[in-house]
Amino acid sequence: MQSSKQLKPPVTETYDSLLAPGQSLNSVTTKISDLILFPVLKTPVGWIVGFVAAGLLLMLYLYSLAALFTYGIGIWGINIPVAWGFDIINFVWWIGIGHAGTLISAILLLFRQDWRTSINRAAEAMTIFAVACAGIYPLIHTGRPWLDYWFLPYPSTLGMWPQFRSPLEWDVFAISTYATVSVLFWFVGLVPDLATLRDRSTSPIAKKLYGLFALGWRGAAKHWQRYEVASLLLAGLSTPLVLSVHSIISFDFAVAQLPGWHVTVFPPYFVAGAVYCGFAMVIVLMIPIRKWFGLEGLITMKHFDVMSKVMLASGMIVTYGYFGEIFYAWYSSSIYEYYLIVNRFTGPYAWSYWALILFNVLIPQALWSKKLRQNLPVLFFVSIAINIGMWFERWVIIVMSLHRDFLPSSWAAYTPTFYDWSTFIGSFGLFFVLFLLFIRFIPMIAIFEVRDLVHKTTAHPAKHEESNHTGA
Amino acid sequence: MSKETLDIQSTSGRGYWRSLDDLAQSSEFQARLDREFPREAAELRDPVTRRSFLKLMGASMALSTLAGCQFAIKQPQEVIVPYVRQPEEVIPGRSLFYATSMTVQGYGIGLLAESHEGRPTKVEGNPDHGASLGSSDAWIQASILTMYDPDRSQQVLKAGVASTWADASAALAAAAAGAGAGIRIISEPNASPTLNAAIGALTSKYPGAKWVQYDPISADNASAGAAIAIGAATNVVYSFNKADVVVALDSDFTHSGPTAIRYSRDFAEKRRITTAKPTMSRLYVAEPTPSHTGTMADHRLAVRSADVATLTDAIAAAVGVAGITAPTLDGKTAAWVKSAVADLKANAGKSIVITGETQSAAQHALVLAINNALGNFSKTITFTAPISTASTSATGLKELVAEINAGAVKLLLLSDANILYNTPGDIGVKAALAKVSTVVHHGLYADETSVGAAWHINGAHYLESWGDSRAFDGTAAIQQPLIAPLYDGKTLLEVVAALSGDSTSTGHDLLKAYWKSVAGTQGYAFDKEWQISLHDGTVKNTAAAAVTVAMSGTVNATATPASEGLEIVFRADSSLRDGSAANNGWLQEVPKPITKLVWDNAAQVSPATAKTIGVISGDVVELSYQGRSVKAPVWIVPGQADNTVVVHLGFGRTKAGKVGDGVGFNAYTLRGSDNLWHGNGLVVKKTTETYKLATTQEHTNLEGRDEDIYRTKTLADFLHPEHHEGHKKHEIISLFPEFDYSKGYQWGMQIDLNACNGCNACVVACQAENNIPIVGKEQVLVGREMHWIRIDTYFSGDPESPSIYQIPVACMHCEHAPCEIVCPVAATVHDDEGLNSMVYNRCVGTKYCSNNCPYKVRRFNFFQYVDEETPSLKLQRNPDVTVRVRGVMEKCTYCVQRINEARIDADRENRQITDGQVVSACQQACPSQAIVFGNINDASSRVSQLKALEAKFTMLDPLNNKPRTSYMTRLTNPNPEFSGKTE
Repeated sequence: MQSSKQLKPPVTETYDSLLAPGQSLNSVTTKISDLILFPVLKTPVGWIVGFVAAGLLLMLYLYSLAALFTYGIGIWGINIPVAWGFDIINFVWWIGIGHAGTLISAILLLFRQDWRTSINRAAEAMTIFAVACAGIYPLIHTGRPWLDYWFLPYPSTLGMWPQFRSPLEWDVFAISTYATVSVLFWFVGLVPDLATLRDRSTSPIAKKLYGLFALGWRGAAKHWQRYEVASLLLAGLSTPLVLSVHSIISFDFAVAQLPGWHVTVFPPYFVAGAVYCGFAMVIVLMIPIRKWFGLEGLITMKHFDVMSKVMLASGMIVTYGYFGEIFYAWYSSSIYEYYLIVNRFTGPYAWSYWALILFNVLIPQALWSKKLRQNLPVLFFVSIAINIGMWFERWVIIVMSLHRDFLPSSWAAYTPTFYDWSTFIGSFGLFFVLFLLFIRFIPMIAIFEVRDLVHKTTAHPAKHEESNHTGA
Repeated sequence: MSKETLDIQSTSGRGYWRSLDDLAQSSEFQARLDREFPREAAELRDPVTRRSFLKLMGASMALSTLAGCQFAIKQPQEVIVPYVRQPEEVIPGRSLFYATSMTVQGYGIGLLAESHEGRPTKVEGNPDHGASLGSSDAWIQASILTMYDPDRSQQVLKAGVASTWADASAALAAAAAGAGAGIRIISEPNASPTLNAAIGALTSKYPGAKWVQYDPISADNASAGAAIAIGAATNVVYSFNKADVVVALDSDFTHSGPTAIRYSRDFAEKRRITTAKPTMSRLYVAEPTPSHTGTMADHRLAVRSADVATLTDAIAAAVGVAGITAPTLDGKTAAWVKSAVADLKANAGKSIVITGETQSAAQHALVLAINNALGNFSKTITFTAPISTASTSATGLKELVAEINAGAVKLLLLSDANILYNTPGDIGVKAALAKVSTVVHHGLYADETSVGAAWHINGAHYLESWGDSRAFDGTAAIQQPLIAPLYDGKTLLEVVAALSGDSTSTGHDLLKAYWKSVAGTQGYAFDKEWQISLHDGTVKNTAAAAVTVAMSGTVNATATPASEGLEIVFRADSSLRDGSAANNGWLQEVPKPITKLVWDNAAQVSPATAKTIGVISGDVVELSYQGRSVKAPVWIVPGQADNTVVVHLGFGRTKAGKVGDGVGFNAYTLRGSDNLWHGNGLVVKKTTETYKLATTQEHTNLEGRDEDIYRTKTLADFLHPEHHEGHKKHEIISLFPEFDYSKGYQWGMQIDLNACNGCNACVVACQAENNIPIVGKEQVLVGREMHWIRIDTYFSGDPESPSIYQIPVACMHCEHAPCEIVCPVAATVHDDEGLNSMVYNRCVGTKYCSNNCPYKVRRFNFFQYVDEETPSLKLQRNPDVTVRVRGVMEKCTYCVQRINEARIDADRENRQITDGQVVSACQQACPSQAIVFGNINDASSRVSQLKALEAKFTMLDPLNNKPRTSYMTRLTNPNPEFSGKTE
């Protein structure tokens, strides 16, 4: 086995190919698995620092939840009329982030888009962790969270079923299905790589653990055949989820009567927004990881270029949505719809609407330029902007619609409290703790898929170097 | 009682109603206190303390190990024990009503108090009593909470140390014997026949002893004015149900004083439009700041308090009162006066001109002369022998201070007279009190004035004690207790008896002895009469006889020379009034009319004056008047007269109790005894400070949504709709089949915007009936008030003289309820009688229902607002209504518990529920009968007939929610000849 130092590729950017030149089947396996297979005590300082920082944020999160359960949701800034605030904003935001992972792993698999291979594992992990972060919010946003199990349809002694006409009830199914399928898909995709790690690791404990989760994978042709079928099936299951989950989340709003919520365009608009935000998050995560772990050979500029184009496209759909809303306000002749737009433009929270336009509409226009698309600092900045912009979009939809609705007498302001912020910022702790554990113990790039890509893209000798995918 | 306990009680000046262990200040106790209101709220708004941080970190550790269940609120375990011996008439679960009466500013208002297994839970008006006719007001509704207030004084104190009634009464008798002619009693005004007799007995025993009645918000000017005009003390009674034109000159007759409930009803009767009676009275109001009455005016004029006199002179001259010359008026005022005078003259004998307690006695006399000139005497205005002749203004107090300073006073009994708090700043009561050798304080609370008293005797609440009262028309009513005194308190009657040397007679003995002495019957005959009086709540044949009077005094013009500069106007607070009930959370949290402020008073100014001074709402100014000054936050009030600063009394208490301490600023300190109600020469200095005022309504502009929210029309347009475009009719269509609501009872409500003056009686009545918690200022500031019914106020038109709209809003019980379809757990559902029910037990608290409610009438328990710990407060709760815990949504139920009670009665008697048998709490309290509730499937029910009216509308009609609550369009009746521009 070669040391990772010797393998470190030169930092030369590749623009037109999904793999840097010189990648071989062996180098791919070694490169990726060596990022993981080293003794715990030799964990890089950078990782530890990151983990401690994320852990502190997680503690802040747990602290906030403890305060929440002890005192009640009054510790947040919500009120009547603004009964949903950061809780639901963050929920929709996190779940939107998850969408990129599913899109990459499922739809792009079905469409045979090779560029997905290097990024799909990390993107899928991001999906799962984002869904975990998202899923907590609807559970804790209730006044009596210890009764949340009433959302589930179970044969209770009360003889009560959930109220199936409520979009929140649809959410329960949408999110739980989404989480289940995402975890399954991710895990199934991991099995061949876990077997690789099992075979390559020298530590007996690691061998045992990877072996356990590798489910006895031996790389037999039968295994591969079944694997292909399973992942196709799961991709088939996931594909509609990409569209349905956020559509259903959008129903939380669209089904309601409130101006600013009662909008029929919401489902596609929300899905596009989710993809927009999700890809931005993938880029935000991949740029530093690629740098720190020297993955320039596997994640090339071509990947960023393609992702930027996806962002640009979904961003334009979202922008269309913004203009659409203005149009309906005028076309509907409804004084309530009309006032909603006036309030967005000039009301007390107008700054957030204009921030949304700046971050989601204006800044991403930079992506039209190929030069800027391939400038990583610019791309990183634009992606962060999109993430902020999409958070503001949910703020605008939720808070700005609620704070001034039908009766002027009930209009009021909403001011987030310390606990609103700590529950939001703290959730990054959960996300990054999970993500750091992921990059430390699980191959962040699908080894076998990249090898497949190497196989396809290299004008290789007729024979396979190895007949067995499972080991070097 | 252990010494430690006593120490704690004496240091805090009040006792906690708790076990000794609690008093040991255990950490458990503290933790429990923390969860209570309002301490809980205080804890929560604190920044993270080290202690709470550690606690929560511990909890978060526990959470991370999934052991967080211990933080869930546990439902309390309760044991139900049946009666071993069932008391007569008591059926567990059924309430009993007893007639009693409450004294308000000296006069009685007859009440029916609801009792559940021996504890009073709510008070309603007594339909047989003329001052109530079954209605009540916010003050009366909140009085039940005062009785259960844990901060009430709970024991006799001798120089601040616990003592007993036996010791106190012995000491009182001895002190009285020693003081003789040096005995003085100061109390709130009280026309109670028995008390008057008892004090008469005392003064005959100790000649020279005096009783001073002092009411800081007294209507003394009115009785003094009548005495000037008529030549002798006379009681004036107005019949608003006979007046076609009413001119109110700075008079809030529908809200202020002990007659307001009756006058409100009478006035509304004349304003209500039915198919049979398409006429309404016309109301002219001139006042410095919008009052309840002012919001109902057809022609409202904002004038400075001092200029009301000029206006009165002008009217007097125009209607021909001898010796009055017309002053010159500006254009706006002249137009108003011209129109008012024309209407008055056209309706001579069918009109009323009335002025308020805030105007001088001379002006009251002049106004009576105007009425006389109009021939209103014996028609719309009648007279009776005086009910009470005592002066209740600060004059008596001033004379008393002079006597004290002269050394004439040896024993001073203060009964519920908080004179160290509520006297004008220039009388110098504090210094005088120090000169009296024995000061005895008696009252419900150990308050500002009880500090330093030789004795403090804890008082008994009217629901705990025997007594009697006389109403504005003279009718006597027995005040019957509903419960034994919670803390063994004594009434003034008993204290006075003790002064006379009788410490053993109970209030009941004294009362019965008095009525026996005046009844002229004995034995069985008297007992029978007595039982009838107790049952009915009124004593037969006690109404004062009407007398015919003639103007005998000379009246003079009252206008003072026009003055420059700022005027200060003092007003009793709409809900707190004089401030004696400042520890009542319901009154503190009920939004004040127009401003919708809670938990504070403010220096109110008009928009133009604010501009002149250079302030906006929330800026703190220093008000200096006659050398006294106070700091106050500014609040801008549209419709207020320019160059007038209005401050409300009743705030700034320092020893009211946990709830009332430190709320607002004390405007009494600014007051001068020469003119209690207004004065010129106020200096306003802007400071750099700002202050957060909590209001329940931040936006008062209808934003062009009038058609959907608040419809108003002139009477002429209403009667001749062909002249005007009608309101658009919306075609109601639905994709789904409609539920068949044509069978059974279908409950519905109609609110008459013509009758509502925004008095808040419904708000507090609902709070009392439905166990609605108060949340405190900090929670109101973040928009979490809990009232199920609220009065929305909107201004329209010119901010200097706007139209003011008030509309009560509660759950509309929509047939297509938007809240119901969005609840994921079916916690809010519709029943087949059209009620939108809220199932608290099932509610998880997603708040989605509130988000989807276009009326925003749902209320959420963001914290554990209900105090489930304080035993006395638990007693107050209505056992028919669930007490809601943290995390649960709640809202108006149409008083479903009352519907079910009526249903059970009807079922038992095998009949249908009859119209009027189900009365919602808001409806029952409403003095102007604006709210009508009933079965809309019954075409003959009152509510059905009202809903059939053309002018009915439902709020936010285009949303097609089909609300069951509808409104009667507000109609105004402006004078078509009117040339000026007022509201």
